[in-house]
Amino acid sequence: PGASLAAAAMMQEGLDDGPDFLSEEDRGPRPVIVDLQTDAILQVDISDALSERDKVKFTVHTKSTLPNFKQDEFSVVRQHEEFVWLHDAFVENEDYAGYVIPPAPPKPDFDASRDKLQKLGEGEGSMTKEEFTKMKQELEAEYLAIFKKTVAMHEVFLCRVAAHPVLRNDLNFHIFLEYNQDLSIRGKNKKEKLEDFFKNMVKTADEVLVGGVKDVDDFFEHEKTFLLEYNNRIKDAAVKADKLTKSHKNVADDNSRISSTLHTLGTQDSTDLCKFFLKVSELFEKTRKIEARVSADEDLKLSDLLRYYLRESQAGKDLLYRRARSLVDYENANKLLDRSRAKNKDVLQAETNQQLCCQKFEKLSESAKQELIDFKTRRVAAFRKNLVELAELELKHSKGHLQLLQSCLVALKGDN
Amino acid sequence: MAAEREPPPFGDGDVEAEGDDLEFREAEGGEDLFVSTTSTLESSPSSPEPASLPAEDISVKSNGPKSDTLLDDDHEDLFAEATDEVSLDSPEREHILSPEPTPPITPVSPTLIAPRSEIKISHPMMFDRSKEIEEEANGDTFDIHVSVSDPEKVGDGMNAYMAYRVSTKTTLSMFNSKEFTVKRRFSDFLGLHSKLAAKYMHVGYIVPPAPEKSLVGMTKVKVGKEDPSSADFVEKRRASLERYLQRTIKHPTLLQDPDLRQFLESSELPRAVNTQALSGAGILRMVNKAADAVNKMTIKMNESDAWFEEKQQQFENLDQQLRKLHTSVDLLVCHRKELSANTAAFAKSAAMLGNSEDHTALSRALSQLAEVEEKIDQLHQEQACADFYLFAELLSDYVRLISSVKGVFDYRMKCWQKWQDAQATLQKKREADAKLQYANKPDKMQQAKEEIREWEARVQQGERDFEQISKTIRKEVGRFEKERVKDFKTVIIKYLESLVQTQQQLIKYWEAFLPEAKAIA
Repeated sequence: PGASLAAAAMMQEGLDDGPDFLSEEDRGPRPVIVDLQTDAILQVDISDALSERDKVKFTVHTKSTLPNFKQDEFSVVRQHEEFVWLHDAFVENEDYAGYVIPPAPPKPDFDASRDKLQKLGEGEGSMTKEEFTKMKQELEAEYLAIFKKTVAMHEVFLCRVAAHPVLRNDLNFHIFLEYNQDLSIRGKNKKEKLEDFFKNMVKTADEVLVGGVKDVDDFFEHEKTFLLEYNNRIKDAAVKADKLTKSHKNVADDNSRISSTLHTLGTQDSTDLCKFFLKVSELFEKTRKIEARVSADEDLKLSDLLRYYLRESQAGKDLLYRRARSLVDYENANKLLDRSRAKNKDVLQAETNQQLCCQKFEKLSESAKQELIDFKTRRVAAFRKNLVELAELELKHSKGHLQLLQSCLVALKGDN
Repeated sequence: MAAEREPPPFGDGDVEAEGDDLEFREAEGGEDLFVSTTSTLESSPSSPEPASLPAEDISVKSNGPKSDTLLDDDHEDLFAEATDEVSLDSPEREHILSPEPTPPITPVSPTLIAPRSEIKISHPMMFDRSKEIEEEANGDTFDIHVSVSDPEKVGDGMNAYMAYRVSTKTTLSMFNSKEFTVKRRFSDFLGLHSKLAAKYMHVGYIVPPAPEKSLVGMTKVKVGKEDPSSADFVEKRRASLERYLQRTIKHPTLLQDPDLRQFLESSELPRAVNTQALSGAGILRMVNKAADAVNKMTIKMNESDAWFEEKQQQFENLDQQLRKLHTSVDLLVCHRKELSANTAAFAKSAAMLGNSEDHTALSRALSQLAEVEEKIDQLHQEQACADFYLFAELLSDYVRLISSVKGVFDYRMKCWQKWQDAQATLQKKREADAKLQYANKPDKMQQAKEEIREWEARVQQGERDFEQISKTIRKEVGRFEKERVKDFKTVIIKYLESLVQTQQQLIKYWEAFLPEAKAIA
């Protein structure tokens, strides 16, 4: 009883593992997934990462007592494309049609950051040494933050898979974790990309078609309406949150420039103001740090949350689509059976086909229902966690900022 | 008054759209006028200028006969003042009006963001500096208070203008009453400044520059666009006019000036025409152009100038840094406004998301998040106002003030040059006289002797003027620096206090939200 309770708790924790990226303060222990049936442990994390010129190499580290692995603990190096391959493999697998497939992590994007570092290098001559050093540090910090984030996102994907009762046993997943040589995933060539494009187009048209038909099942009808609207709105919210975060960053950067100039003023003023300016300069520099943290935390707790659940809700929509497709197939099979019976031709074949479609549909519906309920649970838990943390961080930063301002004011007024 | 509304046609006789604030052909028109005025002054027998520099006074012509006699009186006063050695601690020189803006940041603010709030033209003076009867730490008392308020649009279309109420409260006996109010328009302020600049700058007084003209801003107001951006423009102008007056009355010498008194007291002011040439910047440009000509000569100054050289360099450096800082603060204002707009957009989006969310508690929390963000948007708007009205405007005022300081230094150079030129001319006259001695032409010799006497007098006057202007500048710079220190400390502290308020509010909002987030079940 003791063991299974603890196991259940851990299981729950595993399911709750929402996109808690980068909170350096509370990066707790990785959820240990315990399979209630086999009592096997599967723990996956990204223990290291290396950023090279145009790619990132992730070290995927696994600890497992599952019998099919050769060792208890092992690591492999993977790149982004291999994560995408794994995700696509899940999507294309008919057996997983009834699951919300964990969304693939976004591609690591250091372009903007790299551009800024390059521009800084070019502009080195036009600024003072202190300014250059300061800006360089800031940009490096930014680069590091992006890097950490991409690591976290790739890790979350793997954890979600490891937490899923069925997907965790997927063969491709195990190969991904264990096979210590290059998976030779080549990027899709032009032809394949074109095929994807058309597939998406057809899918969208179908989505519209299928989406229009009212579902007899209330649960799914509600889910459909809900997910369609929710997906749109969360997309908008993610975009707006992103803009908000960037604005905060801009304000932070302005503080830095102001600090520099105040410093110069402080060193060259012939009056009492020199001390004053130096103190205020220091204040602005510290303000920059705080504002930058505010921006980073908003990005983490709000923007990332929204972006992640945008991807998840898309995965949910995909699931609904697959179910609707399967329903259409089932209805078509029924029609075919009726026609066969009428003509009294190939009736057995039609019957088998219809039974298969029926089973497929019902199985899919059943798992889809559970998956969508789990999705909601996960979503609510993740939002709660992130909104609470967001509020706590905002408070922490505001209080820190307030104290900084107040002590500076005391010092400035005291000098008079 | 109406008759004076049409400005005299400048050279090319283009039809000008009327309005006192249009900046047409400012440079050329100004220069034309300049030249003619100078010659008028020098040819007049009762030249009001004991100093032999032309006063470069445009307004002498523009305000009718009355001002000439005023000018005479003024010059007597002026020189009395100058030799009087008004000490830095004399009561008149005491800190008259603190430039401190009001602390409380009320929600009804002149927003700098265009579409989202209703702005009335006369909104509560957020950064009104005159309402304070502040005691400084060193116990200064205030003899005079000035405020500029209640902008009112007068007239229609392109002939329209804004009239501002200028209110004075004073215990000084030179005024006719203790409290009085007049209506003034922008060109009146420019006219005042041009008179003061003309009278005092060339003898070394740092005259505060008038606010800038703005063609675009004013046109919008004239055309009647009652949108928030023109309200913002009017508020910005009102505030800058107020600061201008407050700085001017703080100057002990300028405070004595009858033109200033007339400006504050007279119910009717003769319309300052030719204001195209009278913008503060216009005058300074002219001053600095003269200065450039001076600087092109290699002027070898003597030892006592180490102080002047040092100070000039200091002001040059200060100018550079203040401009840089101003640009950065401007950018901050811009980004803060963007932040506000993005916060508002996010708030709306979050509200929509909350609506879609089918989990009740989460839905409610998201709605509350939207509300918090809306309130935070309001905070950002107010902070952007503080960023601008306190910090940015302080810097822009001082950039222009320093132009004035530089102008005064350049007048000194010109003064020195004039003295040197007089010496050179005297030398020539003496040589000519010596030659005549040998030629023995009695009538010419008489003339030569007279000329020598004349130029000897001029050389003496030149030396006196130079010493006087040097002395005045030293005093003025001392006063200016003292004011600068006080100004910066006061305003920046006020600004930091605005930041404190913002953080305190933020804390309140997030503290209110946190339990709501925790309540998601």
